[in-house]
Amino acid sequence: MGFLDIDNVTKSYGAVEVLHKVDIDVEEGEFLVLVGPSGCGKSTLLNMIAGLEGITSGEIRIKDRVMNGVHPSKRNIAMVFQSYALYPNMTVGQNITFGLEMHGTPKAERETAMKTVAQLLQIEHLLDRKPGQLSGGQRQRVAMGRALVRNPDVFLFDEPLSNLDAKLRVDMRIEIKKLHQRLGTTIVYVTHDQIEAMTLSTRIAVMYDGYVQQLGTPKEIYDSPANLFVATFMGSPAMNVLPVRLIERDGELHALVSAADGQERALRITHAPPAYAAYKDADVLLGIRPEAITDPEGADRNARNIQPFRNRVTVIEPAGADTFVTMTMSGKDCIARMRADADVKPGHDFDFAINMDKAVLFDPKTESRIA
Amino acid sequence: MAASTDTGVDLRTRLQTWLPKLVLSPSLAIMLVFVYGFIAFTIYLSFTDSRMLPSFGWVGWDNYDRLFRIREWNTAISNLAVFATLYIGISTLIGLSLAIFLDQKIRGEGVLRPIFLYPMALSFIVTGTAWKWFLDPAIGLENTMQLWGWESFSFTWIKDREMAIYTVVIAAVWQSSGFVMAMFLAGLRGIDNEILKAAQIDGASNWNLYRRIILPQLRPAFLSAFVILSHLAIKSYDLVIALTGGGPGNATALPATFMYSYTFTRNQMGIGAASAVIMLMTIAAIMVPYLYAELKEKK
Amino acid sequence: MAVASADTAIRTSRITRAFIYLFLLLFALFYLLPFGIMLVNSLKPLSEITGGNMIALPQDWTIAPWLSAWSTAQIGVEPTGLRPYFINSLVMAIPAVVLSTVVGALNGYVLTKWQFRGSTIIFGLLLFSCFIPFQIVLIPMARILGLLDIAGTTPGLILVHFVYGIGFTTLYFRNYYAAFPTELVRAAQIDGAGFFQIFWRIMLPSSGPIIAVSFIWQFTNIWNDFLFGASFASGGSAPMTVALNNLVNSSTGVREYNVHFAGAIMAAAPTLLVYIVAGRYFVRGLMAGSVKG
Repeated sequence: MGFLDIDNVTKSYGAVEVLHKVDIDVEEGEFLVLVGPSGCGKSTLLNMIAGLEGITSGEIRIKDRVMNGVHPSKRNIAMVFQSYALYPNMTVGQNITFGLEMHGTPKAERETAMKTVAQLLQIEHLLDRKPGQLSGGQRQRVAMGRALVRNPDVFLFDEPLSNLDAKLRVDMRIEIKKLHQRLGTTIVYVTHDQIEAMTLSTRIAVMYDGYVQQLGTPKEIYDSPANLFVATFMGSPAMNVLPVRLIERDGELHALVSAADGQERALRITHAPPAYAAYKDADVLLGIRPEAITDPEGADRNARNIQPFRNRVTVIEPAGADTFVTMTMSGKDCIARMRADADVKPGHDFDFAINMDKAVLFDPKTESRIA
Repeated sequence: MAASTDTGVDLRTRLQTWLPKLVLSPSLAIMLVFVYGFIAFTIYLSFTDSRMLPSFGWVGWDNYDRLFRIREWNTAISNLAVFATLYIGISTLIGLSLAIFLDQKIRGEGVLRPIFLYPMALSFIVTGTAWKWFLDPAIGLENTMQLWGWESFSFTWIKDREMAIYTVVIAAVWQSSGFVMAMFLAGLRGIDNEILKAAQIDGASNWNLYRRIILPQLRPAFLSAFVILSHLAIKSYDLVIALTGGGPGNATALPATFMYSYTFTRNQMGIGAASAVIMLMTIAAIMVPYLYAELKEKK
Repeated sequence: MAVASADTAIRTSRITRAFIYLFLLLFALFYLLPFGIMLVNSLKPLSEITGGNMIALPQDWTIAPWLSAWSTAQIGVEPTGLRPYFINSLVMAIPAVVLSTVVGALNGYVLTKWQFRGSTIIFGLLLFSCFIPFQIVLIPMARILGLLDIAGTTPGLILVHFVYGIGFTTLYFRNYYAAFPTELVRAAQIDGAGFFQIFWRIMLPSSGPIIAVSFIWQFTNIWNDFLFGASFASGGSAPMTVALNNLVNSSTGVREYNVHFAGAIMAAAPTLLVYIVAGRYFVRGLMAGSVKG
């Protein structure tokens, strides 16, 4: 039993089911991020937790209390919206205390609570302003203040950073993380930005097409994606996915890939799980992250299985800290992530080093990870 | 929030889902009685032998049959055809021209715009009074021109059975064309300037720019103007009453004046009702598809 | 709309521009002339009108026609001037405007923020009522007013204008609230505000512009109405437009044109005033109602 139980919940509009049997237990103090492309059902799920949308079947419980049909204001939750949803006609102070006022909290208590929260978020000097006079970052703080002041069981965040510019977004991300570490509150956070998901969460639910594709810690999601969708959605640049043939050579499994010149090369696979054996001599999809392909000097020193791979460089993109190098592998564009000072030139051959410890295989039919 | 198939709903939420319907229901009831009930009643009356008061002897299509044999009704219908065509056509032409010209970064636009628009704030009765006198040969325009020495100047349309309907057109255009201008101006201001710049870089002349790029994008404004003007045309009553009183004779009778006089002064309520039904049907034929398209788009 | 800021990319030659200014000025004259001449002639003695040039300024300035139109002119059978009818129109228009605006605001709120199955159809039904020719309701309305015992009275006219104003006001508020962020309503729900609290504390304080539009539109329409006034008001309860028409078209005695003009300007004054004071809202309101449907 978790703190927030999402128990086999589905949502239908008429005959169309948009969420299929979602089952997530959130522990107290957890930071759960729902991530996925638009239309995946993540916002619908959040609205169902909030009580803004009904539940077609299944149950949502907070602290073991069934929430189905309970009015949003009676769930002891608070929500931060994408547009912040600050009441334009009220001052910042009134915005923060409106919820308390509606719940009949005495004025003196409201004032104290407001002061505490304002101090926490450093918005004391803004209390008498109207939302229209605030910058994006300030609005964001006020919206969080409005949520915090209620001291709710669960915080719900609906893409709270997507209206901010890039730099502010990073600042506010750290701010939110600090707040979570300090207050230890339970948070459900919706975003389509996989970096936000990775950096903020204690656990991530990757959603697509109304299904939870994978639920796990950021590390599990990143290193052992359950399927091709999760593998390519999480991480930037996306994981390289190459059609390869699995063969046995000298008693060990190898992935047979081709270089730009058409020459085939075998990449040895170490500590292969037993499930790989069934795919011997079959076509599979090899997934390898850009940072696992480097120049030989830049390769991970702790890695046990670095495979050399000479190939023609097609494009290089210097990005400051790293340089991204594109080559063609098994007929697909394949991105490698190099140190900025790696000596790479487009049109020339280059000795790549592939860290096969990090390689994962997918079944081309089911698109699930082979394990 | 369509939450109809959802499980277990508490009392407050249930009350909150009923309140909106409760709030809307008086308006719905009023509409059902005062609009749709009344329409049904009038339609029913148009099939009865009502004269001075409603009576309920069923006469079938008799009233419609007689209606279309009354000379005044046929005059009213053909007047409406002439009036509506010219009124819509000229108002659109003037409104569009004014809007296009005003949109050329005109100095003093802020002064001109209210001048073009103010007539629509006036009652048709006031408009009618002003134009009635302005067009009166004895003291108005004709008289003034003759006093200025143009002895042969003659403008007697308002007294002329053949021409009087055109004076109604003049006054109506005077009142509404500024409004049409406002609609087109809003449409013009809504066009993306980058498209215009792109077209100029492509080498389009001003003429081609308007004909090929801008006017096609004003389609919604054309449609709205047409719908609203035709609706106003079919309803026109006050202006004719104030300007010509339907005369000379009944040369400027319109369906609206016909309906009023048959129902309330000539005690032919059945025929009056039948004429109102015809008016409703004409407007519905224009409005229903328009509203349907608008609502569907919005959904 | 129509803030003179649009940076049109179109360039025109000097000759074309001269032509454009000429065209615009001619039309400005066309729009100003009838009303302007009416104003000038309302300040002349009758003899200068019948014997003289309508465009000439008065040789003998007088406000006697205005005084006569206001308090002594013969309206129907009584020499009361237009004053009582002016008051009738005010007493009729103000409650009808307020009532229809309040109801329209609530309807618009429900139709955008609390949609339920069938609410679009209800909106369609309300919307269609804006466009019916009122001739279709004249006969049954006369009966109902008789049954309610308010035939020929100002309360009767208030009812009529209220009923047939709901469609327009609902349309305005619906279009306005449709653009009002729904997230605000959701936030307020989570904060624990109920249906009316959200309306009163969140929606209404932000509704200033559309309330102005609704007031202006309804006031203009109701003040300028003639058909309902002529059909459902009798004698002393007639509104200004009907009284003006009676004044202008009375067949007895000399036609006192100057008095007619003064009366017509009086009848136009309130709506013109509203238009001058709040014209920008007025246009915007018409656009909201007509273009967006």
